[in-house]
Amino acid sequence: MSNVKVLLNGGQNITFLRPDGYFSFHNIPAGTHLIEVSAIGYFFSPVRVDVSARNPGKVQAALTENRKGLSELVLEPLREEQYYEIREPFSIMSLLKSPMGLMVGFMLAVAFLMPKLVENMDPEEMRRAQEEMRSQGVPSLSSLLPGGARN
Amino acid sequence: MAIRSFFLFILFFSSSLSPVFSLYEDQVGLMDWHQQYIGKVKQAVFSSQRAGRKRVVVSTEENVIASLDLRHGEIFWRHLLGADDVIDGIDIGLGKYVITLSSGGSILRSWNLPDGQMVWESSLQGPKHSKSFLVVPTNLKFDKDNVLVVFSNGRLHAISCIDGEVLWKKDFEAESFEVQQVIQPPGSDLIYVVGFAASYQFEMYQINAKNGELLKHESASFSSGFSGEVSLVSTETVVALDSTGSILLTISFQDGKISSQQTPISNLVEDSLGPAVIIPLSVSGVFAIKTDAVTVFIRVIGEGKLEVVEKTTHEIAVSDALSISEDQQAFALIQHASSEIHLTVKLAHDWDGNLLKESVKMDRQRGLVHKVFINNYIRTDRSYGFRVLIVMEDHSLLLLQQGEIVWSREDGLASIIDVTTSELPVERNGVSVAKVEHNLFEWLKGHMLKLKGTLMLASPEDMAAIQSMRLKSSEKSKMTRDHNGFRKLLIVLTRAGKLFALHTGDGRIVWSHLLQSLHKSEACQSPIGLNLYQWQVPHHHAMDENPSVLVVSRCGPSSDTPGVLSFVDTYTGKELSSLSLDHAVVQVIPLPYTDSTEQRLHLVINADKHAHLYPKTSEALSIFKREFLNIYWYSVEDQNGIIKGHALKCKCTGKVADEFCFDTRDLWSVVFPSESEKIVATVTRKLNEVVHTQAKVVADQDVMYKYISRNLLFVATVAPKGSGEIGSVTPEESWLVAYLIDTVTGRILHRVTHHGSQGPVHAVFSENWVVYHYFNLRAHRYEMSVIEIYDQSRADNKDVWKLVLGKHNLTSPISLFSRPEVITKSQSYFFTHSLKAIAVTSTAKGITSKQLLLGTIGDQVLALDKRFLDPRRTVNPTQAEKEEGIIPLTDSLPIIPQSYVTHALRVEGLRGIITVPAKLESTTLVFAHGVDLFFTQLAPSRTYDSLTEDFSYALLLITIVALVAAIFVTWRLSERKELQEKWR
Repeated sequence: MSNVKVLLNGGQNITFLRPDGYFSFHNIPAGTHLIEVSAIGYFFSPVRVDVSARNPGKVQAALTENRKGLSELVLEPLREEQYYEIREPFSIMSLLKSPMGLMVGFMLAVAFLMPKLVENMDPEEMRRAQEEMRSQGVPSLSSLLPGGARN
Repeated sequence: MAIRSFFLFILFFSSSLSPVFSLYEDQVGLMDWHQQYIGKVKQAVFSSQRAGRKRVVVSTEENVIASLDLRHGEIFWRHLLGADDVIDGIDIGLGKYVITLSSGGSILRSWNLPDGQMVWESSLQGPKHSKSFLVVPTNLKFDKDNVLVVFSNGRLHAISCIDGEVLWKKDFEAESFEVQQVIQPPGSDLIYVVGFAASYQFEMYQINAKNGELLKHESASFSSGFSGEVSLVSTETVVALDSTGSILLTISFQDGKISSQQTPISNLVEDSLGPAVIIPLSVSGVFAIKTDAVTVFIRVIGEGKLEVVEKTTHEIAVSDALSISEDQQAFALIQHASSEIHLTVKLAHDWDGNLLKESVKMDRQRGLVHKVFINNYIRTDRSYGFRVLIVMEDHSLLLLQQGEIVWSREDGLASIIDVTTSELPVERNGVSVAKVEHNLFEWLKGHMLKLKGTLMLASPEDMAAIQSMRLKSSEKSKMTRDHNGFRKLLIVLTRAGKLFALHTGDGRIVWSHLLQSLHKSEACQSPIGLNLYQWQVPHHHAMDENPSVLVVSRCGPSSDTPGVLSFVDTYTGKELSSLSLDHAVVQVIPLPYTDSTEQRLHLVINADKHAHLYPKTSEALSIFKREFLNIYWYSVEDQNGIIKGHALKCKCTGKVADEFCFDTRDLWSVVFPSESEKIVATVTRKLNEVVHTQAKVVADQDVMYKYISRNLLFVATVAPKGSGEIGSVTPEESWLVAYLIDTVTGRILHRVTHHGSQGPVHAVFSENWVVYHYFNLRAHRYEMSVIEIYDQSRADNKDVWKLVLGKHNLTSPISLFSRPEVITKSQSYFFTHSLKAIAVTSTAKGITSKQLLLGTIGDQVLALDKRFLDPRRTVNPTQAEKEEGIIPLTDSLPIIPQSYVTHALRVEGLRGIITVPAKLESTTLVFAHGVDLFFTQLAPSRTYDSLTEDFSYALLLITIVALVAAIFVTWRLSERKELQEKWR
C-alpha cells in the first residue's frame, strides 16, 4: 500500500495513497488527462479523465485498456501480475520428457522390445538370418565388449 | 556455414511464443543484482523516539525522502517524489509523523514514520511566489492538537499535525515584501515573520499563533540596503549584511521594537577581506561570514556587540544546533586536514570549550565535507555522546561515532550521468586468481542437492542451502575475464564528478575515483561531467596496456565554457592524465580508427565549429589524414529546428598554427518550419552494433535486403503546441512527424505523419528498424510504431544462380550519393504504459533475435520481443508466415508479467537502460540505472549455446550410469543366452 504511486500525465504529477485509499491531484486544469497507477504485483489500466471546463467539478473517467466508462473514479487492478514462473511439481512425465529420460526410454525399448520382436519372427527365417550373420562374421554384441573375445 | 545453419535451426526451435525471459522465484539474485540509493542528502532529521530502532529521516537532491536505520544505514522506506515536486523542507511532528513541504511550498504531506505510509496531504495556495518555511514548534498546542507553521507563497498557515487541516491563514500581500525568516520562540504563543521590503526596509510582523491575528507590525529602513540571507542569532535578533557586503547589521526586535547596530567587517577582522556572504547557522549567538578564502565565526554578545571567535582558511562545515538540555545547545564543526577530518562538538555559548574532539581518517576520494548533521545519545554512564551524519563531496553519506565511521552509503551512484564498460584483466598462467574447484565430492553433493531441488524433493533447509550455494558461487565475482564475457567492469560517471567501477557479477565497487579535473578550481569554477568514452580497448597487439576511458567535462553550465578531458585507467582507477582544453566541447565524435596502441581517435567539435583531433600524436594525425574525406557528422539545433551535416575542410586558418585543428564546412541542412514542427527526439544506431546478415529470408523462399547504414538518423517532430503535457492540446492541432534522414547527404529517406499524436517521443534505432513510442490523443492511449527500411536495389539477387551467373550488383561500389532505392514498412500498436527509457538488446554477433527493453513509468523494465513489432504482421498470417514466426496482428502489444526483467523489483527513478553484448552470442548484459541500479543477463532467444544454470549434471550422470549398467546387464544376458545356444 505504501509503495503505490498514482501518476498524472506520464509522471507530470505524482501522488501517493492515504491510508483509506484516497488520492488527490491539486491545481489540475480542465482538459483530458491520463492517470496511471504503479503498483508492484498488479496491473492497472490507465484511466482517461476529462475535467470539464464548463461545469467545475464534473469529471468523467474511462479505462483506456477496454474503453469501459467508470461511474465513479475508483481504480481497481485489472489483474494480478505474477512475475515468476511457477515451478511445476515433480512428475514422472516431466522426467520422461527430458532428453535424458528419452534416451533411457529409447534404450529400454531397444533392450526389451527388440528381443520380443525377434521372438515373434518365423523360426525358419530367424535361423536363416543367424546363419547369414555368422557367415558374414558380423560381430555380436558380446564379442564387441571386452571379454567377449573369450568365446 | 555449418555453425550458422545450426544457429538458425536452434533459433527456429526457440521461437515459441511463450515469454522468453522468465525466472523462477528462487533464481532471483542469481544473475541479477539490485542496489538501492537515495542521492545526496539535503536535510536530515533524527527521530527522537526512545523505543524501537533509531532512525534518521532524510530528503535528498534526487527528491527522495527516506527513513534510514541509524545503526546500519539501511533504508527502512523511501519515496521518490515527482520531478516538479522538489522537497523544500522536512521535519518530524509529534515524534511519529514525517512532514514534508514540497513543490515550492504548495504541497504539505505527512508520512507515518514507522512504515512510510502517507497519512495526509494538503495543498497550500497563496497570493504570490515566495520562499517557503516549515516550522514544527515543539510545544505549540491548539485544542490538544499540535500545530505546524508553514510560510509559503506569501501566506502564513497554521496546520493541524493530525489531519492536515488548515487552522488559520494570514496573507502577506505587500508587493515587495520578501520573507527571510519565520520564527516561533519556544514557550510563547507568538510567531515572528521578518523580511525585507523594497530591498532597504526591514519588516517585522508579530502574529498570535493561536488565531493568526496580527499583533504588531514594525518596520525600519536601512539606507544601505541588504544583500544575501539573514542569520538568526537568537529568537529575537537577526544579522544581515548591507548591499556592499562590508557592514554587518545586527537587528533586534525585542518586544516588537526594532533596534539596530551597524558594525563594519573591517572593525572585526583586521585585514580587508573583500565582499563577504553570511552563512546562516542556526546556532544561537553565533554566525559566520565567508569570503573567498576565509571563514570567520562571529559571536554576538549582548547589545549588538560582535566578537570574532574563530578565523580559519580550512574548508569547514557546521551543523545546526541541537538542544541537549533546557538552555544548552550543541553543534558540530568539521575541519579538513590532509587525510583526516577533525570533528569538534561545542556548546553554543562556550566557543572555546569542546564537548568532543575527534579525528577520523577519511578517504581522499570522498572529497570535502559538504554537510553535517548532529545527534546525541545518552551513554551508559549518563553522559552525552554525539554522533554526526556527514555528507561528502562525492555525495556519500557517513555516520561518525566515537571517532569511527560506523557506516557509509555510496549515494553518488544515485545520479549516474554516463556508463561505459571495460573488460577485466585476462587470467594469466601462474597467477591464477581462481580457487581450485572444491573437491569432487563437494561438487557432486552440490549437484545432488540441485537435483533434489528440481525434482521438488528438497526440504526447506536443502532449498536454503541451494540458494546460498548459488548466490556465493565465487565464479561470477572473480576479477578476471571469463570465457562467456559475463564478467566486466561497469564504469559509471556520477554527477559529483566521481568515477566508479562496478563488477557485473555482484555489483560491488571495485574502485572509485574523485576526478581531480572535475574538482572546483580557479580556472574551472563549476565543472560538470558530460560523457564517458572508451579511449583505449587493448586487444591483439597492445595486450599489455591497461584499457582506459575518456571523461569529457566542461567548466560551466553553458556549452561555450572550456572543456576538460581526463583519461582514467580502468583496472586501477588512476587518472592517467588530464587536459584542460582551450576550447569548448560541443560534440565528441569517436572515430572508427585506432592507432597502434589501440587508442581510439576522437574528434572534438567546439563552439566555433572547429574540429580538434585527439590524441595529439603524429601517428593519429597520419591515420586521420588518410580518412580525411570520409568523415561526416551531423549536428542538431533543436532550438532552431535545424539539422546540419558537416565535413572537414582544411587545417585551421586561425592565429595559432595547430596541426590538430581543422576547419569544417556545412554540407547540407534540413530546416523544419518552426510554426508547425519542433524537434523532440533524434536517435541513431549504436556505433558498436553488429549486424549479422543483411538478408532476411521471408516466407516462400523470398529474400529481402535490410537497408543497413550507420548514417541513418531518426528525427521526430511535433506541433509546437503539442510539445507540452498530455491534455494540453486537442487532437486536431497536434501531430507528430517521423523522419529517416541520411546524415551524409541530408536526404530524407522516409517521412510519416501521425495526426492527433504528441510527445514525449522515446525511440530506439537498430539494424534497419526504428521503434518509437508516443501518445495518441484520439485514442488517448500510448502507441508504439515500427519503421523498417529495406534496400530494393538488391531485390533482384533472389536466387543463388543469379548471384553466381547472372547480373548482380554486389561488386558495384556502394555510395551514399547514389540515390538509394528503399522501401519502408511500418505498423503501429497500442501500448499501455508511459515510458521513461527504451533500449534494445545487443549481442556479440547480432545473430540472436532482438528484444526491446522498455523502462515503464512504474520504474520496471519490460522485455518485449521485436517480433511483436514486425510490420509484416497480419490479422490472419498464412501457413508459411506462421512458420516464419509471424504473430497474428493485435491492436495492442501484450504485457506478459513474466517478461519484466526487473521481476518484482523497481529501479526507482529509472533514467537509462544500457545493453552490452557478452561474448556468448545468446546473452546480453543489461544495466538499468536511476536512483537505483539494476543489472541482469538476458538471453532473448534462450541460452541455446550454453547449458542453463539449472541444468542438472547429476541427472546426466545418473543417466550415464544407468546406461552403462544397462549395457553390462544386457551383455551378461546376451552372453548367457549365447552360452545356452552353444549348449543346445
